[in-house]
Amino acid sequence: MSTFLWVIFPYICLAVFVVGHWWRYRYDKFGWTTRSSQLYESRLLRWGSPLFHFGLLGVVGGHIIGLLIPQTWTDAVGISETAYHWVAVIGGMISGIMVMVGLVILIYRRRTVGPVFSATTPMDKTMYFFLALVIVLGMWNTIASSIFGLGGSEGHSFNYRESVSVWFRQIFYGQPDASLMTDVPFGFQLHALVAFFLFALWPFTRLVHVFSAPVGYITRPYIVYRTKDEREGTGVGSRAPGRGWERVQ
Amino acid sequence: MKIMAQMAMVMNLDKCIGCHTCSVTCKQAWTNRAGTEYVWFNNVETRPGLGYPRTYEDQETWEGGWVRKSNGRLTLKAGGRWKKLATIFSNPKLPSIEDYYEPWTYDYATLLNSPSTSTFPVAKPKSLISGKQMNITWSANWDDDLGGSREHAAKDPMLKGIEDKVKFEFEQTFMFYLPRICEHCLNPSCAASCPSGAIYKRSEDGIVLVDQDKCRGWRMCVSGCPYKKVYFNHKTGKAEKCTFCYPRIEVGIPTVCAETCVGRLRYIGLMLYDADRVLEAASVENDHDLYEAQRSVFLDPNDPEVAREAERAGIPLDWIEAAKKSPVRRLIQDYKVALPLHPEYRTMPMVWYIPPLSPVVDVVRDTGHDAEDKGNLFAAIEALRIPVEYLANLFTAGDVGPVNDVLRKLAAMRSFMRDINLGGDPDESIAEAVGMDAESMYEMFRLLAIAKYEDRYVIPTAHVEQAHGLEELATECPVDFDYEPTTGVFGEGSGDLTPVAVENFRMLEERQQSDQLVGGGSKRGRVNLLNWDGKGAPRGLFPHRKKQDQ
Ligand code: SF4
Ligand code: SF4
Repeated sequence: MSTFLWVIFPYICLAVFVVGHWWRYRYDKFGWTTRSSQLYESRLLRWGSPLFHFGLLGVVGGHIIGLLIPQTWTDAVGISETAYHWVAVIGGMISGIMVMVGLVILIYRRRTVGPVFSATTPMDKTMYFFLALVIVLGMWNTIASSIFGLGGSEGHSFNYRESVSVWFRQIFYGQPDASLMTDVPFGFQLHALVAFFLFALWPFTRLVHVFSAPVGYITRPYIVYRTKDEREGTGVGSRAPGRGWERVQ
Repeated sequence: MKIMAQMAMVMNLDKCIGCHTCSVTCKQAWTNRAGTEYVWFNNVETRPGLGYPRTYEDQETWEGGWVRKSNGRLTLKAGGRWKKLATIFSNPKLPSIEDYYEPWTYDYATLLNSPSTSTFPVAKPKSLISGKQMNITWSANWDDDLGGSREHAAKDPMLKGIEDKVKFEFEQTFMFYLPRICEHCLNPSCAASCPSGAIYKRSEDGIVLVDQDKCRGWRMCVSGCPYKKVYFNHKTGKAEKCTFCYPRIEVGIPTVCAETCVGRLRYIGLMLYDADRVLEAASVENDHDLYEAQRSVFLDPNDPEVAREAERAGIPLDWIEAAKKSPVRRLIQDYKVALPLHPEYRTMPMVWYIPPLSPVVDVVRDTGHDAEDKGNLFAAIEALRIPVEYLANLFTAGDVGPVNDVLRKLAAMRSFMRDINLGGDPDESIAEAVGMDAESMYEMFRLLAIAKYEDRYVIPTAHVEQAHGLEELATECPVDFDYEPTTGVFGEGSGDLTPVAVENFRMLEERQQSDQLVGGGSKRGRVNLLNWDGKGAPRGLFPHRKKQDQ
């Protein structure tokens, strides 16, 4: 059972995530959008959306640090476990609260503003449910483990960087060790599982817009020009001249 | 020098009767879909008036277009790239649906299904946004014909600075219609605002389009365009804009709005311009110089040097010929009677206008004077500061000089032609008084008053010899095309294309016959700009599905 939960299931989800995105991009570029509802309502959105999104950027950044950077590295540069812990908790709390507040505003808006609600698809609702679940579990883990000392031992709070993070990295090396996850507090287990499930849902929801974050905008020229046909010998007319009508050079 | 060609339009405002035929035919062709109910690629507004969306010209509020920084460089008025990205989660300047209007339909079924009653059944308006019953309070032309009324026109942003003088004394006489489409700017701020780079300018003909596959719905173009001519399709979550009817232009026929214009006031033709000089011209310091600066980037195809350079740049010969004959070029460059709309936005717009003389003529006539005498008209142009200043606010960033010149030319043409029509000799001195000669004045009259279809629309037919095979050509019989897409193994995108026109026609037919209140959610058809209305699963998303869920 634990092999399924901590080895097979994550790989299935990741496979769906990758293949799903490839497939969606191949077949549904037109559907690849944020599907903004700002046109219907912007008073609540003006607060909710930036809070939520900027908060999420913080949360994602925190996860990258916490999951991908091995503890040995931070130890090596002399950051003590306690120091790390408090930075993580405070940073996590701030972004987490932003996300939670934003999420509450956004869900309230989605539910109460008629046009927004009727523009919500069943897939949106499913996605919202799992997204909210992951976030709530994540918040609970942060609070419970750091403040109530859940899962901790001998005065230390639970150190996920010795178990969860290692397991997470092992997934990408191709040798996840399921035993690392079996003794982790239940909240962390659930958070990880639901998160992986959300990854599997990802390509089929509007979450795909995350991957079109327009970073290229910073460097590209302001005005984009496009030509119909850039092949050698074709004209600049609204149509390329046909065969036998090549331009005389 | 980098020569490029641009499809451009000129509208002669004196002849617009405000019939909205252009808007309706455009809507029928392009925005008759769920998600674009409130969208009018072509709209006609009464001026003075608020416009659509309301007060869109007030750039202190909407922050569209470009501004010149103190170092002489242009930047987007709503802020540069970093600010755009920082506000991406909620666009602070996006007009809400109330700024356009809440679209509605009527519940006609209650009329048809009503049992016999003593009172007449009523079809109530239903919102197309919320589906609920609503009160209609505004529309795309709610202030139609109310030009000059205190309630509406007084809020016209273009009256700023002259409102104290106006006092709406001219309200009975001073009113005209302003039809608007996308300007297909040489320096489009919509494209510059798009974080995804989905809005592009075609280098062949300068038409500005939104790539529906690349658009991610960030909405920055909507606020970036100072003319508010990019719209957000709230069903598909993508931006859409006027396409200059590119499928028609490609085969050499005018846009739908021009084709159907009742006043025959639209002219379409090519302009050649030097793309290297656009930015420089758009960055001149003084707003008043923008009109001349823009004229200076246009090139004269009759100049052999330019023609040779154009050919070297790969512009086909028939295009250069078309540019020589272009009515748009003649009106902008030769006769200098056409002016750009709001050059001060610095986007270098390419739909130009001949300002209306009729407010002036009406005043002269109402006072019992001869409204075709050039002396009277010239004097009236001098005296009627307010209409002239208002026109200047629209067309020359407030500089009355060029507007005066145009109006004097139109007035001169009027009295010049009166003499001829009465059988007299043409009076050369009238033409000379406005710096023209008798012959060009007569030519201008012909172009403005009685030009034939082929003189008003000089659109190089994109290589006629192969026109029959082009994707959009209407000479193919529609039944030749399968409307049911012959989806190949790889779904959407494989197999033959159905021409947009054919597909759209079938979709419309279906929608009009459907019983549903909102948009007839057809699940058929390919996913493309013209047809998917955001409902249901687009065909091609699920290859190989045996049965549609009926
Ligand atoms: S008028 Fe047209 S081309 Fe110009 S900025 Fe607006 S949408 Fe873009
Ligand atoms: S169809 Fe022509 S005359 Fe009628 S409103 Fe449009 S531009 Fe004016």
